[in-house]
Amino acid sequence: MSVLARSAVTMLSAVSASAAWAAQSSINLQTPVTSVAAEIYDMHTLMMVICLVIFVAVFGVMFWSVFHHRKSKGAVAAHFHENTLVEIAWTVVPVLILLGMAYPATKTVIAMKDTSNPDITIKATGYQWKWGYDYIKGEGEGIKFVSNLSTPLDQIKGQAAKGDNYLLEVDNPVVVPVGKKVRLLLTANDVIHAWWVPALGVKQDAIPGFIRDAWFRADKEGVFRGNCAELCGKDHGFMPIEVHVLSAEKYAAWVADQQGKMAATTEDPNKEWALAELVAKGEQVFAANCAACHQADGKGIPPAFPPLDGAAIVQGDKAEQIKVVMEGRAGTAMAAFGKQLSDTDIAAVITYTRNAWSNQTGEAIQPAEIAAAHN
Amino acid sequence: MSAVTPDQLHDDHHHHAPGGLMRWITTTNHKDIGTMYLIFSFIMFLSGGVMALTIRAELFQPGLQIVQPEFFNQLTTMHGLVMVFGAIMPAFVGFANWMLPLMIGASDMAFARMNNWSFWLLPVAAILLIGSFFVPGGATAAGWTLYAPLSVQMGMGMDLTIFAVHIMGISSIMGAINIVVTILNMRAPGMTMMKMPLFCWTWLITAYLLIAVMPVLAGAVTMILTDRHFGTAFFNAAGGGDPVLYQHVFWFFGHPEVYIMILPAFGIVSQIIPTFARKPLFGYASMVYATASIAILSFVVWAHHMFTTGMPAATQLFFMYATMLIAVPTGVKVFNWVATMWRGSMTFETPMLWATGFIFVFTMGGFTGLICAIAPIDIQVQDTYYVVAHFHYVLVAGSLFALFAGAYYWLPKWTGHMYPEGIGKLHFWASIIFFNITFFPMHFLGLAGMPRRIPDYALQFADFNALASIGAFGFGLSQLIFIVAVVKCVRGGKKAAASPWEGAEGLEWTVPSPAPYHTFETPPVVK
Repeated sequence: MSVLARSAVTMLSAVSASAAWAAQSSINLQTPVTSVAAEIYDMHTLMMVICLVIFVAVFGVMFWSVFHHRKSKGAVAAHFHENTLVEIAWTVVPVLILLGMAYPATKTVIAMKDTSNPDITIKATGYQWKWGYDYIKGEGEGIKFVSNLSTPLDQIKGQAAKGDNYLLEVDNPVVVPVGKKVRLLLTANDVIHAWWVPALGVKQDAIPGFIRDAWFRADKEGVFRGNCAELCGKDHGFMPIEVHVLSAEKYAAWVADQQGKMAATTEDPNKEWALAELVAKGEQVFAANCAACHQADGKGIPPAFPPLDGAAIVQGDKAEQIKVVMEGRAGTAMAAFGKQLSDTDIAAVITYTRNAWSNQTGEAIQPAEIAAAHN
Repeated sequence: MSAVTPDQLHDDHHHHAPGGLMRWITTTNHKDIGTMYLIFSFIMFLSGGVMALTIRAELFQPGLQIVQPEFFNQLTTMHGLVMVFGAIMPAFVGFANWMLPLMIGASDMAFARMNNWSFWLLPVAAILLIGSFFVPGGATAAGWTLYAPLSVQMGMGMDLTIFAVHIMGISSIMGAINIVVTILNMRAPGMTMMKMPLFCWTWLITAYLLIAVMPVLAGAVTMILTDRHFGTAFFNAAGGGDPVLYQHVFWFFGHPEVYIMILPAFGIVSQIIPTFARKPLFGYASMVYATASIAILSFVVWAHHMFTTGMPAATQLFFMYATMLIAVPTGVKVFNWVATMWRGSMTFETPMLWATGFIFVFTMGGFTGLICAIAPIDIQVQDTYYVVAHFHYVLVAGSLFALFAGAYYWLPKWTGHMYPEGIGKLHFWASIIFFNITFFPMHFLGLAGMPRRIPDYALQFADFNALASIGAFGFGLSQLIFIVAVVKCVRGGKKAAASPWEGAEGLEWTVPSPAPYHTFETPPVVK
């Protein structure tokens, strides 16, 4: 059934769905690009066919009865109310059908769990509300970045036309080579998230404090998109996943490019920054990491997300604010940024908050102070 | 009663029941309490419905228009909690209160005062639950499953929800104990267990499920409470806990809970189909065994809600196989209903329409349930609109449709009048058509990759979402027809005979319509 059935189903759905989007079926599972996703696709098709046959058979009988065994048509009720043979048959036959379904499902479960011998290992960390990636092993080792939704806010608020990949686009996509086994290690920083890319056949919860793994080997180059699939708070709907599958050469080039960029951006931790420089950098850091809760205008969404504009902690002793930013606040959505952001970024964003809106402390926090706070 | 005074002729009872509001607050009568349960659950059904329609209004088109994401999450959470704990469960308890004593020939429930108490706890819980919208931070937005650690992050609305769940749990446990004791001890002479109407059997089994799992839920939410306020770390890895522990405990409650909401529905449908087919229920004994099997299996399938948490392969396989097995007894039930209809002499008054519609649409939910049971497929559809479609097919087209079937079936017994048949039929056809317009497209949305619990979505999902929203408003408005039918029926209409349905059997049809305030003070004898 596999390829033939799949193309048949795809054709069928393309014909029947008025709004077929970018050659992707809008009424069926997405076109698979890994062996596991393909097995799932075929298993689902098989199950659908079996269920449909049973459905037609059972309800064929029921509706035949509904139309013919009516009092208005002179039907006289029979009085049978049991038949051991029939009852045994309709208990045993479903068991046999289920066994037939369980066999391919078992094979796929075992295949999905086999994360051994990967070519590349990538750690994905769920944050409220973005994904962080660390390339841990294999080609590209050492690359790390944070991946944020890149759809502009005015598209979400309806003030601009929505782009083709509305809510499914990020600033820094995950990049992997085609045909290589990629093992994902998943964890989270705050609450449970789930990393899901339908075309790859991977959905795995990312659980704070624990590591789970999953794997995929993409057979095709291309861009594949997914979402966080576990309710993780306010912006659960706004933390997509974008995976770029590249040829071996292009991947090598991407790795070289990334490693070059990382070397270039390594900052001198002892550099003394001017206030204006810190505020400018801090504004960007704030937009990427803080504005989702505290809002761009610093007013927050009280009481869950407190305001920073005019807040005592932002205008008061800077040591206290540094501590909260670095260690977070237990039991709230305030994350510990000490391990997420560089010392320079933390210094910049704290400086920004202390000099933005109505907060005008005039203080510049230097990266060296953050480095000192680590110890 | 040796001397009959004129006073006793009017009210053949010697008690001086208070009138007005105090009658309802102090009543220990199973019929009064049943009525209050039904009215309460319908009010909650409308509240949860308003939340659902706000959700669908937001999802009518991509982008954020009506509500902000945090309030959207509060709505999805509260819609689930209100519908499960406020609407569906109390409605079935209302049916149990009204009908179980009448069906087994008992004069009332076993613990009449406790019965009053278990009802009056519910409005208190409902006020806590709905009131939590108005506290600082609003209602809990952690999903009706209240997964830790997200629920640990929430504001004080979460604490109100925890207390509401505690109170509703106590109410359910008391109601369940009452039902078990009533059924086991108060059956009329000759009413052996295997002669009981199937509704009694399904409720007896459901009551055991409630007693077994409501304390588990109470434990789960109490652990959240202590994690939030008292420094424990049950669900915090940094303190030696595990967030996934919450899910195991919750779903150990949650899966039997699913059957708590559907087994009494099976019971109602099993009363109605034979009546209107004018033919005894096919396979009564196998129906009882199938119900018991489903209940027992429900305790060993909970982790199929957690296939994406990353369980070992062997665990996934166990829960997959166990879950698939549930299809067997459920299939037996559907086959039995169809065999009951086969070669009957059927008429399709409103209750029969709802019951037939129930079988048809519920079975679709059963099939998608089987597809979700297959672990690899579930990994693609878990937490998508496919699952949303699945559980609305079994909870709305299943539980709710059976509740409406039962309501129309027994309204003549409750009110003494026939409901308006045309309006009842209109209610059915509007509901089943709009139901499918709302929820059928959600299968496609889920397969194509739309996650659930999101306030905004990618553009390729726009068409089906718009369709679902239109259907939802149609479905919501259709429920107002039910109010018309019930009000007309209570106020007047054709007088109902003691047994208004030609093919109906059972003790409830031997008492006059409306059922007198006190029935079966002398137990009937069942041959």
